[in-house]
Amino acid sequence: MLETFILIPGRTTDQGCGVSEGKFKDRYQNAIRALQVAPGDMTRLGLAEGDRVRLTGEEGQTVEVCITAAKKEELPEGLLFIAYGDISSRMMTGDTHGSGMPTSKGMEVTMELVQKAVA
Amino acid sequence: MTSGSTQAHAPTPSIPGELKIIQDATCTFCGCVCDDIELTVKDDHIIEAKRACILGKSWFLNHSVEDRPSCTIDGNPASLEQGYDRAAQILTHGKYPIVYGLSDSPCEAQRVAVSIVDWISGTIDTTTSVCHGPSGMAFQGVGEVTCSLGEVANRGDMIMFWGSNPAESHPRHFTKYSLMPKGMFLPNGRKDRTCVIVDVRRTKSAKAADIFIQIKPKKDFEALWTLRALAKGIELDPELVLRETGVEFSVWSDLMDRMKACKFGVIFFGMGLTMTRGKHVNSEALLALTRDMNAHTRFVAKPNRGHGNVTGADNVVSWRTGYPFGVNHARGYPRFNPGEYTTSDTLANREADCAMMIACDPMANFSQPAREHLATIPYIALDTKETPTTRSAAVAFAVATYGINTGGTVYRMDDVPIPLRPAFASPHPSDYDVLTAIEVRVKKILGIT
Ligand code: SF4
Repeated sequence: MLETFILIPGRTTDQGCGVSEGKFKDRYQNAIRALQVAPGDMTRLGLAEGDRVRLTGEEGQTVEVCITAAKKEELPEGLLFIAYGDISSRMMTGDTHGSGMPTSKGMEVTMELVQKAVA
Repeated sequence: MTSGSTQAHAPTPSIPGELKIIQDATCTFCGCVCDDIELTVKDDHIIEAKRACILGKSWFLNHSVEDRPSCTIDGNPASLEQGYDRAAQILTHGKYPIVYGLSDSPCEAQRVAVSIVDWISGTIDTTTSVCHGPSGMAFQGVGEVTCSLGEVANRGDMIMFWGSNPAESHPRHFTKYSLMPKGMFLPNGRKDRTCVIVDVRRTKSAKAADIFIQIKPKKDFEALWTLRALAKGIELDPELVLRETGVEFSVWSDLMDRMKACKFGVIFFGMGLTMTRGKHVNSEALLALTRDMNAHTRFVAKPNRGHGNVTGADNVVSWRTGYPFGVNHARGYPRFNPGEYTTSDTLANREADCAMMIACDPMANFSQPAREHLATIPYIALDTKETPTTRSAAVAFAVATYGINTGGTVYRMDDVPIPLRPAFASPHPSDYDVLTAIEVRVKKILGIT
């Protein structure tokens, strides 16, 4: 069975600067497409920098992203981080639980390897 | 707030090839709304933005005049007049029109947007509903013990950040308002303050903290109620506290001692609370804790607001309708109901049948069901830059950038209104101009004189 992780989207400096440069430009696109994984989780799951993984959310919504190791201690094991944007928002569901706000942080997702990075 | 055209605050003309200096320009990239920026302008672009942070520099230096049509209809260049006509037709023909966005527009434009919604009996919502909307609900339930950022700078000796990462979202927050300033009652600045950061991950902001507390994800509510119990002197089971929050009871108890002992405590909170399961209940817990702390000392709470004028949007929509966001006018009077009249819901539930998206990008930032529905209905988009939302719009307007090309008023995150000092003129119309022209046509179609 696939392991469940908690996905935390958030702001980053590159994502913030990238918005002003333009959403179709490389800086923004690169910023919102990198999934940070705790180094301990990467070792345990045999994952390497640049591997392509598929995230699946609670209603079966999926995205595919490349992973990068989170900076030491920034992310505890079991958590995934990605900059806010198109990819992170695709993992939200349409339900706002009567609040107007979809659950946009702390989403439960499974992660599976799709393609190893080209060495 | 002054009424009327933002053109009343038009930029001083540039002389080709010569440098122009704008003193005390206002950065509208984030809710800090720093109004001490010195811009150097050459022709139609800014070449230097002194005192701006990395995000502010990127904001100022990347908003040059874009060489694209001011209006497109179905992706084809059109005149502004054609665009205004088509926009008014779309909005008046719909049975469930929605207007959304507005957090990157000046108050003067926001005010016109509310008028349009009123004429068409539509629903108005702002990006607040997907940032601090849950806090807006909590304010109504608990109340708000608040203050200005000036008071924080001059008095705040216990500065807490909960679910917020200002080092990356509001880079001058620490230096300009909350941690570093030497204040009237804090002559030694940072040395006179204690900084506590509570988060589920060790963010870049954690380095600034005297005390960093890493809680279990999705356990903000439990952690805040632990503090509430400690504030009231209620006995707790230390093992249960550790199991629920992921943090030793002694850490919470030490934090409470410090909170009680401070002279002026501030809790800045971010979307770590409002976007996580619990949402408004998380914000409520934090506001209630703040209220409880006033039995011991002075304590306030402030949401760290994101976009430059999202606070203005709350103020203008509240002033015009009585409610801050998610307001429906179908019955001829305003009704507020988050979860029903908020845009994530009106789109994902397939209720809206036309829309106007102002300075926002739901085609990139909303859930998949919401985007799929938006793609099926005619909508108008106003933005300074091309986005996935403008690319799929029936009518798209490229507008001038507020604070860079146009003047007006914005509200800082502490509800203080700040004027804009634009740097250079744009050939594109302002969002105020576009909305005013659409309003005129909407009234004409509806026979309102
Ligand atoms: S802190 Fe915010 S408002 Fe101030 S310069 Fe940086 S981006 Fe602009």
